[in-house]
Amino acid sequence: MSLEAPPSGWIHKKIARDEKGWIIAATVVCIAMFFWMILWHVYGKQNPSSVTYYTTPEEFTTLTNSFIEQNQIGEDNGIPVVMPKPESDVFLLAQMWRWSSVIVLKKDEWYKFHISSKDVMHGFSVQPINMNFMVFPNYDYVLDFKPNKTGEYMVVCNEFCGIGHHLMIGKIVVIEDESELANYGY
Amino acid sequence: MSTFRTCDITGFKVDNTTEKLFRLNAVFAVVSLLIAALGAILLVFTRWQDFHVLSSPWYYRIIGLHGVNALVFWIVFFEIAGLYFGSTVVLNSRFCAPKLGWLSFILMATGFILTDVMILSGNADVTMTSYVPLKAHPLYYLGIILFAVGALIGVGLFFGNIALAKKEGKVGKTLPLFTYALMAAAIIAVLTLLSGALVYVPTFLWSLGLVESIDPAWYRLVWWGFGHSAQQINVCAMVGIWYLSVRLVLGGSSINEKVSRVAFLFYILFISIASAHHLLVDPAVSSTWKVWNTSYAMYLAVLASMIHAFAVPSSMEAAQRRLGHNKGLFDWLIKLPWGNPAFSSITLAIIGFGFIGGITGVIYGMEQTNIIVHNTLAIVGHFKGTVVIGTTLTFMGITYYLVPLMFRRKIVAFKLAKIQPWMFFFGIALLAIGMIALGMFGIPRRHYDIAFTGGPFTYDFNLVSGFIWVLFGLGGVLSFLSMLIWILIVVVSVFFGPRVNGPQDMQLAIAAPLGEERTPHKRKYEAPGTLVLTIIFLVTFLVFYFLNWKWLAAIWEIQ
Ligand code: HEM
Ligand SMILES: [Cu+2]
Repeated sequence: MSLEAPPSGWIHKKIARDEKGWIIAATVVCIAMFFWMILWHVYGKQNPSSVTYYTTPEEFTTLTNSFIEQNQIGEDNGIPVVMPKPESDVFLLAQMWRWSSVIVLKKDEWYKFHISSKDVMHGFSVQPINMNFMVFPNYDYVLDFKPNKTGEYMVVCNEFCGIGHHLMIGKIVVIEDESELANYGY
Repeated sequence: MSTFRTCDITGFKVDNTTEKLFRLNAVFAVVSLLIAALGAILLVFTRWQDFHVLSSPWYYRIIGLHGVNALVFWIVFFEIAGLYFGSTVVLNSRFCAPKLGWLSFILMATGFILTDVMILSGNADVTMTSYVPLKAHPLYYLGIILFAVGALIGVGLFFGNIALAKKEGKVGKTLPLFTYALMAAAIIAVLTLLSGALVYVPTFLWSLGLVESIDPAWYRLVWWGFGHSAQQINVCAMVGIWYLSVRLVLGGSSINEKVSRVAFLFYILFISIASAHHLLVDPAVSSTWKVWNTSYAMYLAVLASMIHAFAVPSSMEAAQRRLGHNKGLFDWLIKLPWGNPAFSSITLAIIGFGFIGGITGVIYGMEQTNIIVHNTLAIVGHFKGTVVIGTTLTFMGITYYLVPLMFRRKIVAFKLAKIQPWMFFFGIALLAIGMIALGMFGIPRRHYDIAFTGGPFTYDFNLVSGFIWVLFGLGGVLSFLSMLIWILIVVVSVFFGPRVNGPQDMQLAIAAPLGEERTPHKRKYEAPGTLVLTIIFLVTFLVFYFLNWKWLAAIWEIQ
């Protein structure tokens, strides 16, 4: 009883058949979900990475600047546009309230992203595919991406980062062939 | 020495100190809820950008105000009141240390006022989570610390009360299920509040300049050890009230108390590690760590909730069948006392908690599917299902019993009270489902302008979302109105309502306990109707589960 102590012998009462059946079914679902996550690491194609390095805002800014210098192909609204080679390292720095560069990627190629923040936490949110990761200062989060569709993607900040949080928007462009660059004005 | 009055309705002995502290904590809970509600309606009409009523600094400020007042102050004040009630009144026992009870209340009230003043004066624009290195005024952190210390003392008094009741022979070997549930809540509360101290004290020192820096990954880990575990206190308290209400309204109990009690034990053992599900797309923690912890060690705490999902409705079904509503599968369900606002609140809370909060919670909390919802409005939609429809509606519902029993006042506008829970349920359901849909289009939470006016680029979120904003707004208005109605009914009843002078003034039934069945039944199925309902739930869950994994599989490859 909820307000009274249970009747004596409550501990020996048999579990009813329907309740037992439900508990067994629920247990099976629970264990299956646990192994599902592990199996997705083996067979699935979208898994957060476990690779992180310590860094500092100064070090990461230097890395980002030299990455931009080596790969810049133009400018978009005052933000450098870069086109790194497939399989190469890409450095993206978040800061109040901008992303360090607009990045041009090739469809079906792998890129090794390094993402970090210069100041507070930010959120790396790629739209419209709706892919979301956290960005911390002092940590370099390494994520390998392989875009599967061409087009223009927006990088929204979705972790509150101060009063100008809603001004923070960047861009990733995915192309198949360099001839498409003109479509984006690069 | 403590003095008692004997309740002429329930026969319980009510300790004087308990009654006073209960009333004060409950009043402060309602005040916090009012502040949260006023904030909520401003947020609704700001996010729905056709109105955009707040300026951007005020929007972010009110996000903090709404979150802290709703999630922390309203709920914890109410829970402390509930802990006092469950550890004295229900056991016919006395309050162990009245002076400490007052100290607890004064600390909590001071913390509450200090925190809100700091937020409203613009000294803490860091939102509820205050992730470092965003920094607030030191008094903001101090406010939270004072509140938490007060609450910790309150939880300690709960244990003190139980120990005293045991010593004085007021309880036998086994606690009543309701008090047992509160015990689980209190144990988790200790862990929660210690994590809170562990994160807020260094952060306070850092804001004073006494500590040089705080590691952001460490902060998130420990903060969620506080922020998430706090939700598990709510779950235990809420499920305890579910069982309590079945007892009050129908006289029934869990068809197998052993099962229900083991489920609470699972909560205590496994629930705190699940705070990992807030860190699924963070750097600094590995996949192994994420998978093990986010699944509560293979979903044992989810299993506990699934057990209650059967145990609570089946306790209703079994009681109803014994009361003679025995036809077919669902006669018991139709004949439930839907006109009793406490009962309808609680039943709607169960439905909303399971179908909206539970389903999204499990799926969004899996390592990989979290990628497509993290920090979007879908997350807010998820916890509107758990903590608003679930916990808040449950607390609001049980208050319809507590006003006559603990404040000795009749409920005014009783007819309105009967429809209030339905309004709230449909309002929040619409709001939550709207948020979940918007989140699926990628719309971020805590975001002032999804058109990015003034930014280097602009972006148009999916056009369909225009229609969903209308649903979101309607749900917000409906739930806001219903919450105001509830607050008005409660405040007017408590301060101006007609006095309750005995059982004849009780507007809500209190059933006599059904007790043990004299002739143990031979049926193998004790609750076939419940089994069908839970199977419907499981199927809904699986459909949404596979849809989410399908959506995940469509995005870029990530390693
Ligand atoms: C009248 C009913 C309510 C309405 C209309 C409402 C509406 C909202 C809205 C519009 C947001 C902002 C979402 C965003 O822009 O990111 C929000 C956030 C939130 N709400 Fe409510 N809410 C209500 C009641 C509650 C209650 C009762 C609780 C808790 C018990 C609660 C807890 C929260 C929390 C924790 C947040 C997140 C704040 C943050 O991001 O820091 N709400 N709510
Ligand atoms: Cu931001």
